[in-house]
Amino acid sequence: MKAAPFDFVRATALSDVFAAFERHGDDARIVAGGQSLMPMMNMRLAAPRVLVDINHIAELNGVSETDGTLRIGALTRHQELGVNALVAEHAPLLTMASTHIAHPAIRNRGTFGGSLSHADPAAELPACAIASDAVINAVSSSRGERSIKAVDFFLGTFHTALEPDEILVSVDIPIIGAAERVAFDELARRQGDYALVGLAAKGTIEGKTFKDLRLVFFSVADRPILATETIATLEGKDYSPDTVTVAEAALEVDLQDIDSDLHTSAATKTHLARVLVGRVLAELAGEGRQ
Amino acid sequence: MSDTLTVNLTVNGEKVSRAIEPRRNLVDFLREDLQLTGSHVGCEHGVCGACTLRVNGEIVRGCLMLAVQAEGAVVETIEGVSDSGEIADLQEAFHERNALQCGFCTPGMLLAAADLLNANPGAGRDQIREHISGNYCRCTGYQAIVDAIEAVGRKRSGQSS
Repeated sequence: MKAAPFDFVRATALSDVFAAFERHGDDARIVAGGQSLMPMMNMRLAAPRVLVDINHIAELNGVSETDGTLRIGALTRHQELGVNALVAEHAPLLTMASTHIAHPAIRNRGTFGGSLSHADPAAELPACAIASDAVINAVSSSRGERSIKAVDFFLGTFHTALEPDEILVSVDIPIIGAAERVAFDELARRQGDYALVGLAAKGTIEGKTFKDLRLVFFSVADRPILATETIATLEGKDYSPDTVTVAEAALEVDLQDIDSDLHTSAATKTHLARVLVGRVLAELAGEGRQ
Repeated sequence: MSDTLTVNLTVNGEKVSRAIEPRRNLVDFLREDLQLTGSHVGCEHGVCGACTLRVNGEIVRGCLMLAVQAEGAVVETIEGVSDSGEIADLQEAFHERNALQCGFCTPGMLLAAADLLNANPGAGRDQIREHISGNYCRCTGYQAIVDAIEAVGRKRSGQSS
């Protein structure tokens, strides 16, 4: 199918975006990589009257590190996340996750900011943002810039804390500490498919002891789930098969309200989440895959 | 609503300037307006890979990019890389190994394969499968396609096949 007709604004500065918001209100929709929005438009699930293309706004590009924080521009492509040296050094969780996102041709266009703004519950990067304690920076013309913690940003399927007149401009990620480790895994039917269940993880590992874990599941509910019960259970515990068993039990509490989707029942998703938590804890503890 | 916009781009080495309706995606523009019908239109929502094109040196989904987004871009299609001889070895290997039957996926498959081998001619079978995972073939079962890409990669990196 083909997209319904729309007007097209080629923005070269944030002021162009704000002008379009002012003029067209809710009729205006931002497009960056378009790898989620364009399919929705082609299938007529979305029909914005005005499309505002932000690909040529230079200030939305770039990755930089200052004072212990990695700033990633909203237009950073998934492909760039996978190969950028600063990202690999300071936020390796994103490097790991990037190759799980769709396929090379899609990763060349899709953007970090777009994935977060779109808030698909099956997407990898929202979970990584929460696991990394990321802060999302958004700008509006009337209120200026504000920062939103990733954990407060995702409100539901395709629903975020962004106001209609705001644009996501960058993401700040605390750089990984010397004793911190990250791990990422997902289960999908085929390479590049949406995950049936996925898990992004970060934590401090001293010897085999887990501290300050962040375990974030995706594709299990309408937004990424921070597994608080499992995290509390694992705090201060050494990695062992028994610890994994305890974590699996705690997971039942964290995931008790998860939803079945068209393809996978909640029971199956819970089972797959248990498989992932075992693998990811082993990886964090340096035990390799079980 | 939806007035046309003038877009200037380079297609297979030729400068093109056209007034284009915003809703026209890049692959439709190439096929319908420029009669470059080598790129195919399959699913039209980014799943099948038949519309794979090269834009500014990187492969993209032609159905998920608007033609008006290609302002100033360098676009290459299967016609361009065929005429230049860049992928002659891949085309020959696909032919020799029966890596196509109906041929619908082949233009996209060749561009995805060329993208991989340009970056990493020594890619192993798993890397090949990963790189073409976004290109569906409903005829071959992929085995012959992987064989062909692997053979060309070996040849290009100086190993014997």
